[in-house]
Amino acid sequence: MKPAALEPLTLNAVRLLRRHGHWLLLVSLLAALAAWQILVTLAKLPAFILPSPVQVAARFWAALTDGSLLRHTFYTLSEVIAGLLAGSLLATLLGYGLARSHTLERLLSPYLVASQAIPIVAVAPLLVIWFGPGMFSKVLICALIVFFPVLVNTVVGLRAVPDNLRDLMRAMRATRLQTLRHLEIPAALPVFLGGLRIGATLSVIGAVVGEFVGSDRGLGFLINVARGQYDTALVFAAIFTLIVLALALYGLVILLELRLLRYQHAPRPEAPR
Amino acid sequence: MKAALDLPVCCDEAPPAGSPRDCAVLKVNHLSLTFPGEREGLRAVEDLTFELREQEFVCVLGPSGSGKSTLVRVLAGLLRPTSGSVHFAPLRGEGRPPRVGVVFQQANLMPWRTVVENITLPLELQGVPLEAARQQAAEMVELIGLQGFEDTWPRDLSGGMAQRVALARALVQDPDLLLLDEPFGALDALTRERMGGELLRLWQARQKTVLMVTHSISEALLLSDRVLVLTARPGRLALDLTVNLPRPRDEEMRYTAPFGELARRLRAAIV
Ligand SMILES: Nc1ncnc2c1ncn2[C@@H]1O[C@H](COP(=O)(O)OP(=O)(O)OP(=O)(O)O)[C@@H](O)[C@H]1O
Ligand SMILES: [Mg+2]
Repeated sequence: MKPAALEPLTLNAVRLLRRHGHWLLLVSLLAALAAWQILVTLAKLPAFILPSPVQVAARFWAALTDGSLLRHTFYTLSEVIAGLLAGSLLATLLGYGLARSHTLERLLSPYLVASQAIPIVAVAPLLVIWFGPGMFSKVLICALIVFFPVLVNTVVGLRAVPDNLRDLMRAMRATRLQTLRHLEIPAALPVFLGGLRIGATLSVIGAVVGEFVGSDRGLGFLINVARGQYDTALVFAAIFTLIVLALALYGLVILLELRLLRYQHAPRPEAPR
Repeated sequence: MKAALDLPVCCDEAPPAGSPRDCAVLKVNHLSLTFPGEREGLRAVEDLTFELREQEFVCVLGPSGSGKSTLVRVLAGLLRPTSGSVHFAPLRGEGRPPRVGVVFQQANLMPWRTVVENITLPLELQGVPLEAARQQAAEMVELIGLQGFEDTWPRDLSGGMAQRVALARALVQDPDLLLLDEPFGALDALTRERMGGELLRLWQARQKTVLMVTHSISEALLLSDRVLVLTARPGRLALDLTVNLPRPRDEEMRYTAPFGELARRLRAAIV
């Protein structure tokens, strides 16, 4: 069959998804849960290998009502947010410097590239040894993992500021600060926010890695403990919480984009003359 | 980079406000600019000397690569001349630096600013309070006939509309000199003709000194008081032609004898 003949079919599927998107999502979720339940029942898997969705839900509810899940979630969330803020703030400042000065770039880029070759899992134990098992070492790990994508996107965003708009600002006798505020920041924002979106999900991973290595609180710690006790249902409950956390942060950045980049996302008006 | 545009030379004193000035507002003296390059570099413009009088509309014609854009960029303070000088006459009133409004071939609007916000930008940079700036911008919107599009994003404007906004942005700061580098170059012929008329109306309403680069001989003759013709690289002054056609001018004038005579002289000068 020619691809042209396929087209109406895909188009139809897309249209269907658009119109009934949330219903389809619900149906697919229910189907996945049902398949999971059937698998557990038919294969007669013990709960410590693969708990059924019902068992996971019950465990989730128990952990939620006794307050432990919320406590650990809050702890992890604090690390994630503090690390995300610190990492992206530093990356933005350094990124501005790198975009402005080729000397600085040549001076620092070997280290920056090399730092990317080191897996964060390998450095995490060191950081915990140096800075203790408290929250600080986790924030540091989150910041580290967030740092690079935000840095790169800041530099790329600033480098992509169109020359003709720079000329325009110069012809209007704009100061450097005015150029930063009225041209460079808004022009770099779309790419920068893309980096922040990646950073947000990476930060969650950073926190869990840190908590695995050494911690007495947080969702990573909870997973570690539950695993030791063969409480696999609790492991699942913690993982789902992490997924929700990462999705929520991702969604938050997307909301920020919709708000700050209205000029790209606003619906077009009725065709102007 | 410090702009090389601040020494008064022509009139020794600013005239009292309101009285017309019968002398140059801008004096260009033996201006040359060479872009650095292999061996001797690229001579873009060479030994340009001319004056712009107050409220004069001057067009610059010349073959491609004759340094027209380079001249505009020097006058706008974006390039520093290799030798020679550009002097603004002392301004009426306070000793502020001269303001230059520029419109390029592309509208160069900030995509994250609405029509009104694009027009207020130069005022914001000068520290005009936002309320006052919006008021002035609203007047400009009316002048360019874009009422109803105040809050439109640039991506939703047609080429002609965007260029009108760029014109409004250049005019709103009440510039001492308006520089136009093929402002209608990217537009279709019909829109271009309409925009020419529009520009004349704005020029008459705002009484500006205008220097405009164009490729079109008839556009130059319909709009300007004077036409400067540059030679092919390096750009030297080939002809400084006064256009003594009566105003208001219209498209019909193209077919008159004086127009044809001027057009013939211009065409002969453009090698
Ligand atoms: N930044 C630059 N660096 C080096 N050479 C340049 C630069 N800008 C322009 N030139 C050269 O200077 C010469 C004059 O260019 P300019 O853009 O002023 O010509 P123009 O008259 O505006 O041409 P056109 O009618 O095609 O717009 C050209 O040969 C061009 O290649
Ligand atoms: Mg040009």
